Amino acid sequence: MGVGVTGLLTAVEPVPAEALSGRRLSHLDVLESEAVHVIREVVAESARPVLLFSGGKDSAVLLHLARKAFWPAPVPFPLLHVDTGHNFPEVLAFRDALVARLGLRLVVAAVQDSIDAGRVVDRPGASRNPLQTVTLLDAIAANGYDAVFGGARRDEEKARAKERVVSVRDEFGQWEPRNQRPELWNLYNARHSPGEHVRVFPMSNWTELDVWRYVAGESLELPDIYYAHRREVFERAGMLLCPGEGSRPRADEPVRERTVRFRTVGDMSCTGAVSSTARTPAEVAIEIAATRITERGATRADDRASEAAMEDRKREGYF
Amino acid sequence: MELLRIATAGAVDDGKSTLLGRLLYDSKSVLADTLAAVERTSAERGDEQTNLALLTDGLRAEREQGITIDVAYRYFSTPVRSFILADTPGHVQYTRNMVTGASTADVAIVLVDARRGLTEQSRRHAFLAALLRVPHVVLCVNKVDLVDFDAEVYVGIAAEFAAVASRLGLPEVTAIPVSALHGDNVVHPSARTPWYGGPALLEHLESVTVAADTNPADTRLPVQYVIRPQSPAYPDYRGYAGSVASGVLRVGDPVTVLPSGLRTTVRAIDTFDGPVDEAVARMAVTVRLADDIDVARGDVLVGSGRSPRVTQDLAGTICWMQSAPLRPGARVRVKSTTRTVRAVVRSLNSRIDVRSFTEADATELGLNDIGRISLRTAAPVVVDDYADNRVTGGFLLIDDATGTTAGAGMVARAS
Repeated sequence: MGVGVTGLLTAVEPVPAEALSGRRLSHLDVLESEAVHVIREVVAESARPVLLFSGGKDSAVLLHLARKAFWPAPVPFPLLHVDTGHNFPEVLAFRDALVARLGLRLVVAAVQDSIDAGRVVDRPGASRNPLQTVTLLDAIAANGYDAVFGGARRDEEKARAKERVVSVRDEFGQWEPRNQRPELWNLYNARHSPGEHVRVFPMSNWTELDVWRYVAGESLELPDIYYAHRREVFERAGMLLCPGEGSRPRADEPVRERTVRFRTVGDMSCTGAVSSTARTPAEVAIEIAATRITERGATRADDRASEAAMEDRKREGYF
Repeated sequence: MELLRIATAGAVDDGKSTLLGRLLYDSKSVLADTLAAVERTSAERGDEQTNLALLTDGLRAEREQGITIDVAYRYFSTPVRSFILADTPGHVQYTRNMVTGASTADVAIVLVDARRGLTEQSRRHAFLAALLRVPHVVLCVNKVDLVDFDAEVYVGIAAEFAAVASRLGLPEVTAIPVSALHGDNVVHPSARTPWYGGPALLEHLESVTVAADTNPADTRLPVQYVIRPQSPAYPDYRGYAGSVASGVLRVGDPVTVLPSGLRTTVRAIDTFDGPVDEAVARMAVTVRLADDIDVARGDVLVGSGRSPRVTQDLAGTICWMQSAPLRPGARVRVKSTTRTVRAVVRSLNSRIDVRSFTEADATELGLNDIGRISLRTAAPVVVDDYADNRVTGGFLLIDDATGTTAGAGMVARAS
């Protein structure tokens, strides 16, 4: 036959030689620069930006990227923590120490306040994760925030995979996935009407593994619970949960001490630990590269509820 | 490790989602719990085989209707490269999604059904890849199992596509015979296509040459933000933050600030991690200049190479992306690099027929129409031809009333 080979079609405009030589950026360099570009662009185009900060690894990386974007000037916006009240104490301690060390301004919006005000109803024994949406939207409205940075990544979940980097929320905070703004080149459009706001995800293109390689490369500090430690846990639906407020073991769920670490850090009642001996970011990266279970599948009880659990929460205004 | 951005396009039944699912699955980028969920859903739906399309269709409406509605982004890596894959729907009405995915792509994958050959859709995809100047195009001739792995079918389609590509000026095209359903030539070379001597799709994606900078000779840095700490440690610091659009900016380089035309030199290039001697395309840096001159967001620092154009008369090819049509006289905003200016559509010069690749007169551009327009901007913009520079040559058209992105444009001199 003789024709069935690659290069059947000829190049009319070969790549210029100088483009192939010279300094090459690694994929982490590119992701970092892209995120810094997004942060600068949105801050330049918005009036009252804020950064959602939970003390988790993604928000810690996001804050680090924001510091890089404006250095040597300080980060020109406050942090907002939507606090479910079901926190890991190590994470709160990390949050407060970091905020103090960097001289940042932290706004805490407590789900408990929303419950006390009758805005949401707490179900005893259930996760407060879905309740956060009301608290978040109330905090955005009360403070007039018009650009809300979050550390969400598209690789986390399939509804997130459909999300824009700069994503408009209507005056009810809702996301309409079928009517999103096209996003081209590195041109981001943060324009919105009064009452609307934009959610901004500078780390959209990062994977969990990228985050850990970046944490290792930048020597970023994270809460200790991301690394292997001894902890009392009980098993429920294949997940290792910590006994505590909002997650009490039943009689048939014995509590045992095991060597674990957390892959995600969220509401304590629905965030599971994984068995691990990884004690450094580099060791975690090796573990993540070899894992066969996704981050949310391993650790988030709330995302197992249904195929569209995240899509439904996002539509209502969740992170 | 390098980053490669891929955009895929295909019609509803060409098996695009299946191909991507296969690529993710065979490259072991799908984790066990995700696969288990897909298997469960497949079984519930009564699919004969595990429906790999479910790996990429993320929205409820997509799963229910069995179609892809919006661009979805997927991530996978091999020891050689890290990949970002923009999966764009193939429906006629979703040209805007394909344009979106292609705008940042290093490689576009066009998928055709071996039984049907090139369709209007494939021509449209090839046209859009050429329009957005995606450096490489891969033609996947899918479902070769359904034509009994017939070499002649593949050769015929590849040759027809070659003719289209050459007419469009597509730079580099590779044609690969695949079966997404069975995995032939997706990740693993197939024994059932002995007549095909080229690489499997993944091997090709791992080895194709990526130009990090499509315009390395012309140095530009659009200013995003002026950094002035006014702090005790940095009382007089004034830095211009931005990402290098193309070329290399070095300390000591003479630069011209456009549109003002003021000239100075680069005193320092700062980053959080310390000063650097040079910044290459895509790097986000902060530049300090030797002279205390007026520089603001929206200005462009221009270094070595040719000068960009500073103009209030902007002509180009646009893709219109909202349902209310665009007509001459329309008032819009143009976002070009970091500068947003008001503009009026002076004339609508033509509509381009993406099937025949011909131009005809038009009085308006509707949703997903592509045409040539001329704009008059309220203030000068600093642009290059899109053919020379994908960063400084692309612009957004923003609806004045709603603020939404209504169209995307590529600068070209009016003919």
